[in-house]
Amino acid sequence: MRVSLFITCYNDTLFPETGKAVVRLLERLGHTVEFRKEQTCCGQMHWNTGYLKEAIPIIRHFVNVYRDAETIVAPSSSCVSMMRDHYMKAAELAQDAKLAADVESLLPRVYEFTEFLVKKLGVEDVGATFPHKVTYHTSCHSQRSLHLGDIPIRLLKQVRSLELLPLENPQECCGFGGTFSIKNPDVSSAMLADKVRTVLNTGAEVCTAVDNSCLMHIYGSLHRQRTFVRTAHIAEILASTAGAQEDGK
Amino acid sequence: MPNSSDARDAIFSSIRTALQVPANADTAAVAAEYAALPRLYKREGTMNSEALLDLFTHRLVEYDAGVCRISAENISREIARILGERGRKRIAIPDGLPPEWLPAGFDFQNASRFNEHQLDQLEGVLTGCTVACAETGSIVLQNAAAQGPRSLTLVPDFHLCVVFAAQVVETVPECFARLDATAALPTTFFSGPSATADIEMTRIKGVHGPRFLDVLLVL
Amino acid sequence: MKEQAHSPWSNRSFPEAAKDLLADSQIRRNVRHATNIIQAKRNRVVGELPDWEQLRVSGAAIRAHALAHLDHYLAQFEDNCTRAGGHVHWARDAAEANRIILELIQRHSAKEVIKIKTMTSEEIGLNRNLEANGIHPHETDLAELIIQLGHDKPSHFVVPALHKNRQQVREIFQREMHLPDLGEQPEDLASAARTYLREKYLRIKVAVSGANFLVAENGAVCIVESEGNGRMCLTLPDVLISLVGIEKVVPRYRDLEVFLQTLPRSATGERMNPYNSIWTGVHAGDGPKEFHVVLLDNGRSPILADGEARQTLQCIRCGACLNACPVYHQTGGHAYESVYPGPIGAILTPQLHQMKDARSLPYASSLCGACYEVCPVKINIPEVLIHLRGKVVQQDQKTLAGKLGLWNIGMQAAAFLFEDSTRLSLAQHLGQIGQKVVVSKNGFIEHLPLMLSGWTQTRDLRPLPAQSFRDWWAQREKAKPGAASSSSPQPSNATEKPHAE
Ligand code: SF4
Repeated sequence: MRVSLFITCYNDTLFPETGKAVVRLLERLGHTVEFRKEQTCCGQMHWNTGYLKEAIPIIRHFVNVYRDAETIVAPSSSCVSMMRDHYMKAAELAQDAKLAADVESLLPRVYEFTEFLVKKLGVEDVGATFPHKVTYHTSCHSQRSLHLGDIPIRLLKQVRSLELLPLENPQECCGFGGTFSIKNPDVSSAMLADKVRTVLNTGAEVCTAVDNSCLMHIYGSLHRQRTFVRTAHIAEILASTAGAQEDGK
Repeated sequence: MPNSSDARDAIFSSIRTALQVPANADTAAVAAEYAALPRLYKREGTMNSEALLDLFTHRLVEYDAGVCRISAENISREIARILGERGRKRIAIPDGLPPEWLPAGFDFQNASRFNEHQLDQLEGVLTGCTVACAETGSIVLQNAAAQGPRSLTLVPDFHLCVVFAAQVVETVPECFARLDATAALPTTFFSGPSATADIEMTRIKGVHGPRFLDVLLVL
Repeated sequence: MKEQAHSPWSNRSFPEAAKDLLADSQIRRNVRHATNIIQAKRNRVVGELPDWEQLRVSGAAIRAHALAHLDHYLAQFEDNCTRAGGHVHWARDAAEANRIILELIQRHSAKEVIKIKTMTSEEIGLNRNLEANGIHPHETDLAELIIQLGHDKPSHFVVPALHKNRQQVREIFQREMHLPDLGEQPEDLASAARTYLREKYLRIKVAVSGANFLVAENGAVCIVESEGNGRMCLTLPDVLISLVGIEKVVPRYRDLEVFLQTLPRSATGERMNPYNSIWTGVHAGDGPKEFHVVLLDNGRSPILADGEARQTLQCIRCGACLNACPVYHQTGGHAYESVYPGPIGAILTPQLHQMKDARSLPYASSLCGACYEVCPVKINIPEVLIHLRGKVVQQDQKTLAGKLGLWNIGMQAAAFLFEDSTRLSLAQHLGQIGQKVVVSKNGFIEHLPLMLSGWTQTRDLRPLPAQSFRDWWAQREKAKPGAASSSSPQPSNATEKPHAE
């Protein structure tokens, strides 16, 4: 299958390793990956912060870049949920019937990364080995918007040598919320403190998720506290193989 | 009194401006829209009567109510037994309560027209009910024969309620179906004795309403 | 007496008010404890109903329908309530409602009234107004009594005193009820309240309530409660005054079959709350001889005009969104500085204020979606929050200060970058070089300037890696044999610059 990777703006800029892992894994599974260099951002930051009209050209740009793509995969549930939950609204706001039609035709071809593996490709065992204790944080958009359910957990359970440790209140928000963490730094920090406490209590070496945004937030505190717990996007775990160099961050 | 009709007009005009609707609604269209609202929730129960009564009993017990299953010929005897065990003698009863229910040896007072001070002097109240809902363990009283006005079952601290098996339905919608015809009567649902969880979410039985509830379930 | 329609508790923004509350570890513990318990109970009893989703769908549809024809159903309610012997009054704003209620009470020369918990009366500041006019209101709901005697404010609209623990309640009761030997068991405290209030029920002849639902079809009013204090107030006095928001009407009696399933399960995690009272007008020999309904607008009707935000008024005040909210868990209700806290408060309060006050509330959410997931009438709170943020941004952009504000400039700049990948790429390169000024010796960013400084108070930020993904990809493509033709196909009709709008 020809997979068009939407890396997302923050993974592109901050987490290139996640993108590399996605490419490595999909190629290992026998698929062709393309990267449309015109891609930028899904518009989520602007939309969610209330810069609605500013988000519209960004959304239009996204739709134009991927108009003819066969399958689009993004290693970020929040960006995919931005598209599914808000693109139609944005088209309405822009009073742009053509954009609405484009969005309608595009959305069924967009997948979150783990959703793509399990729902579209039908694989759960991706042949990974990751000899570490891992705990999984259920990001808000992955469960409440995309309804991924246990898909990520099923994938992790197939990884050789990986010990999966359950997280207390896995579904509770880590407090990032994009610009929320800047506008409400104290409340966000308090939410994060709860999350980090539960992560540390698992005894895991690595905390994973399907969103690097949450992981960046969680790691921000893990690092500040000088713990040795790392974070790694689930793609990096699924891409790693025995003997291969690990690239948890 | 402020001029209420000015306020009324202003509010209606503000609503109509906001909704962009004319002053006289097309009632047929509204009714049609209402009739088309989705109603796919469960309405009819599916349990057999045995399971239904078990569920109802279970719910009542969870609420700390006493429940006894009895047959119709024993109503009076069972009332005597429970009042005896509870040590209560002066009992309020409503208009229309079947006289054959009343055992000898107790002071039953028709209290349908008592005020709250008189009611406050009594040790309990005995009534029937209109309908009961198994799924929620609720009993519904209306101001009708054998149930009386609302204050009757509110002020005394102990309530003994006679519920016939045929009055027990499974779901809340079935309950409302039975109430629909007499919807205008003052109606009280009660589900267990009065309770609060306002202090540290600890459920405490009996704040203002009756603190003790016994149910005679007549098969 | 000219009162403001809505007086916010103060002019502090949510982040400022939250800061104080976050420092109060006792409140946070109490809130956490209470919300954990209600949520667990709620999840259990909701999980029992296989038709929960259908109940939500129907509940949302009924409420939305009622709002779309609010004038029609209110007129119907008025007719039927009046026919049943009730009196219907209309209040445009808080001041008008206060005047109507005061006059009704004065007409009966009452010096005291008993009250059932009603957030609408908090909204109009009724108690303050009555006291100023020499009338003493007695709250009868246990939690409201705790709030009233403790000179406090409600922090939740189902369990208003959940921020107080038993020791704190005991102190208040000991002091205010003159019971120096009162124990601290919840049973002791409830029983003290029973004794304290029972005398009032039997003596005071005017009661004030709110209502959960008004039924248009027959003029019925429905109130759900737990303690029986509601029944006392609704049944024993001679005069009952119910203050109700105009949005509370439902078309038909049988619609209650939906809400009386979803409301108790969502609110307190019970299959049914201990008492529901439903009555129409006055009934000879049963309950008050005089019944008044005061229908309050106070900023509600304009909300109907906003198609996106109208769903806010579907709310049945179950409080489930508060209990599920991770922000509320941290701060409790007082940080919202409104009678209506939590996620629903974050969308309702600013709208009731016509977006003039409480403008930080739409931002008091991480948009995690937990509120929408539990809402029994399917109010998409995150969607409305974003919609209201859009309004705040638009308002700000109309002022020069807003236009030149850091947020606006930053977002405009980001939008400029995201419209064109070459700009984004250039920015990435500049960032990789420019960040040197903020990266600490340990290789992380520990202090950020200006509006970003809050972030790095408790968190480190990973610096930009030396190479972005897109640069890595370009390098990889170049290294491939026969790399002359790009593996990134130029999409047939995609243009680097989207067509102008
Ligand atoms: S918004 Fe929904 S969940 Fe929140 S109080 Fe209202 S009805 Fe309940």
